Amino acid sequence: MDIHALQQIVHKTRDARRQQTISKFSPAERDQLIHKYHPDFRASAYRPIRFGPNEGDKTVVELATLLEGDSSIQDHADLTAHYTCDVLVIGGGGAGCAAALHAHGAGAKTILATKLRLGDSNSVMAQGGMQISVAPEDSPVTHFIDTLKGGHMENDHALLKTMVEDGPSIAKWLLELGVLFDRQADGNLHVKKGGGSSKPRLLTCSDYTGLEIMRVLKDEVINQKIQLLEFAAAIELLSDEVGNCTGAIFKDLDNQRHVVVAAKCVILATGGIGRLHIQGFPTSNHYGATGDGLCLSYRMGAKLAHIDTFQYHPSGAVYPEQLIGALVTEGIRSEGGHLVNAKGERFVNELDTRDVVSSSIIRECEEGRGIRTMSGRVGVWLDTPLLDAEHGPGTVEKHFPAMMLQFERFGIDISKDPVLIYPTLHYQNGGVKIDTNSETNVKNLFVAGEASGGLHGRNRLMGNSLLDLMVYGKRSGLTAAGRVGSMKQGQLTLKHLQRFRADAKTHGNVSGVISPMILPAYTRKVS
Amino acid sequence: MAQDDTNVIDQPEMTTPRMVTIEIAGKKVDVPEGITVVKAMWYAGMDVVRGVGCLGGFCGACATYYRTKDDPKVRTCLACQMAVQDGMSFTMMPPFPARKATYEIQKLKDPKQDLFNLYPEAPLCRNCNACTEACPQKIDVREGVWKAVFGDFKSVSEMFMDCVMCGMCTPVCIADIAPNLVALYVSRAQGAHFSEKPVGLDVRIKEIQDGQYNEEWDKVLKMSEKELAEHCATVK
Repeated sequence: MDIHALQQIVHKTRDARRQQTISKFSPAERDQLIHKYHPDFRASAYRPIRFGPNEGDKTVVELATLLEGDSSIQDHADLTAHYTCDVLVIGGGGAGCAAALHAHGAGAKTILATKLRLGDSNSVMAQGGMQISVAPEDSPVTHFIDTLKGGHMENDHALLKTMVEDGPSIAKWLLELGVLFDRQADGNLHVKKGGGSSKPRLLTCSDYTGLEIMRVLKDEVINQKIQLLEFAAAIELLSDEVGNCTGAIFKDLDNQRHVVVAAKCVILATGGIGRLHIQGFPTSNHYGATGDGLCLSYRMGAKLAHIDTFQYHPSGAVYPEQLIGALVTEGIRSEGGHLVNAKGERFVNELDTRDVVSSSIIRECEEGRGIRTMSGRVGVWLDTPLLDAEHGPGTVEKHFPAMMLQFERFGIDISKDPVLIYPTLHYQNGGVKIDTNSETNVKNLFVAGEASGGLHGRNRLMGNSLLDLMVYGKRSGLTAAGRVGSMKQGQLTLKHLQRFRADAKTHGNVSGVISPMILPAYTRKVS
Repeated sequence: MAQDDTNVIDQPEMTTPRMVTIEIAGKKVDVPEGITVVKAMWYAGMDVVRGVGCLGGFCGACATYYRTKDDPKVRTCLACQMAVQDGMSFTMMPPFPARKATYEIQKLKDPKQDLFNLYPEAPLCRNCNACTEACPQKIDVREGVWKAVFGDFKSVSEMFMDCVMCGMCTPVCIADIAPNLVALYVSRAQGAHFSEKPVGLDVRIKEIQDGQYNEEWDKVLKMSEKELAEHCATVK
């Protein structure tokens, strides 16, 4: 059928739906729904990791294969350093920039290396906002409780307490750098309510929060003249005699040469794994989200946490074809947008946590109440015109300019017509286990941002990622910088890799897979 | 699984994909109609490293020049956000060596005057409007440059909130202005120097420093798993 004919049911049922209140599920109902429909519970997609620090733990097959993968570096590779620094930051997104700025600010000689350009990351796409308890009726403790509930009570308490308490001072730092957070009439920060939160707590820069923060942080990294290595993909870490981290080897993607960097401390801020397309899901992630940091730190002996759980953002675009997997911001639901099935019915409280909402969408589709496309996809409607009906004409355009423009390019006016959505692979809830200084169990190896794990439990709340990046980027940068003054540069060896290879051999790992992946293989093989 | 054929969106292009001929950097290739410009390059067997970033229209890495069949007008787009059509011709914009001024944003004494020291070319705009025409984000770039020069930093910061820093406004400028960089400076100055200080934020920071929440933290952190779960259930 013509898409406009299918959309009629959304228009027809709008007024009736506006009268309706849908209560949130009880804890028992939530658990039942998630266990039945959430992709984290699809047993066939998982297998145990065969060796290494997380031997026996289950994760998705795609990631397990890469974690067990071999390095492209030979045992006797030349390890003469091309660059030497105090703090080496790997990754140019939010966490990497925050780490580099703080390490540099504290006087450490800092290098920021990144696989693509400075700033190419998921951070730049964050639309929903950043959770910080600034409202008078809110508090860091309430932020803690909300996050804990969202994370199914499995969040690391110390990491979480640190994040919520550091939040307000992070907001101040960003404001001083010139980030333009939305304001109330009285000059105070405007806060919006996000899914799974009991109080309005989202700081926003219209629907460009991540872009605005990243424009400013990138500019500041350049202004501070921090040394950059762009198009440099980390392919192996370096360790000294006792296994402490001492640097990294990169592949220069312009000329394929290896570049060795000696560093007293290394901060990995390499982001998530969306581009592994686990379980065949489309993703909202950037081109370089291939989990490189997980593989590198795993070979160094760093323990991973919660790597069996991933976040599928409820609203990834399904139509048009060109936007598949792209995010339709949660902000639309925060402002009252309904999710509607093919029968014109709501089926979930739209502001429930992301895992619950995603599971309910998958349920509707699996039980035949979805809308299908001829490319074999299925989805439900997100009633965007409702926002104009509810808050006055022009609301969608004013509050969601990025979203409007993205769809307008393909001839779709989301203020007039609903959009078709289905969950998209969005975030890795777990990652490398860290302490409150962002350090791993490998000395002098820090991990910050999405690559780290423990903080978010089994489901990250909307808006907590941007804060995580800033808080742990800052902590890793400051801790590393505070340490390097009294340190000598350690030896550059591949002892950890020899150990890892011996371990792999014992377990008969001959998959031949080389990790990290660096970039997804999207180029069609033309014979 | 129930299948109801009435709920299927018509996409004839999906069932019978039509191949179209396009030119990538001058080379003719056949690709399926409607895929994005960046996917067309992958389809043609090209490895793309420089020129792809977020794939979501936010990072500005994939700035591209294109022309449609028989139209002399060369336009701009983001390669991840543009569908190919028959007869289209495109090439990616190489990194353009624009000069970025460096500054300590917090230490500026007179940001509106400092603009002319940092970007002395900014007031030399000759009104050709090429920057506005080049903007894939539909920002009125020319107007923004003038507003910056006249000190209306607030308007500039609002107008350029959509700016993805693709830099396509820069190579076309006959006065050698880099409007996106000018706007970035102006927006940061607006935020750091001309925006109200949020009083509530300082109050909250002080509350935390003064340990106002310590008692509540002690209570929460000492709870058993069960007590904590029960307490969480009361917060709505």
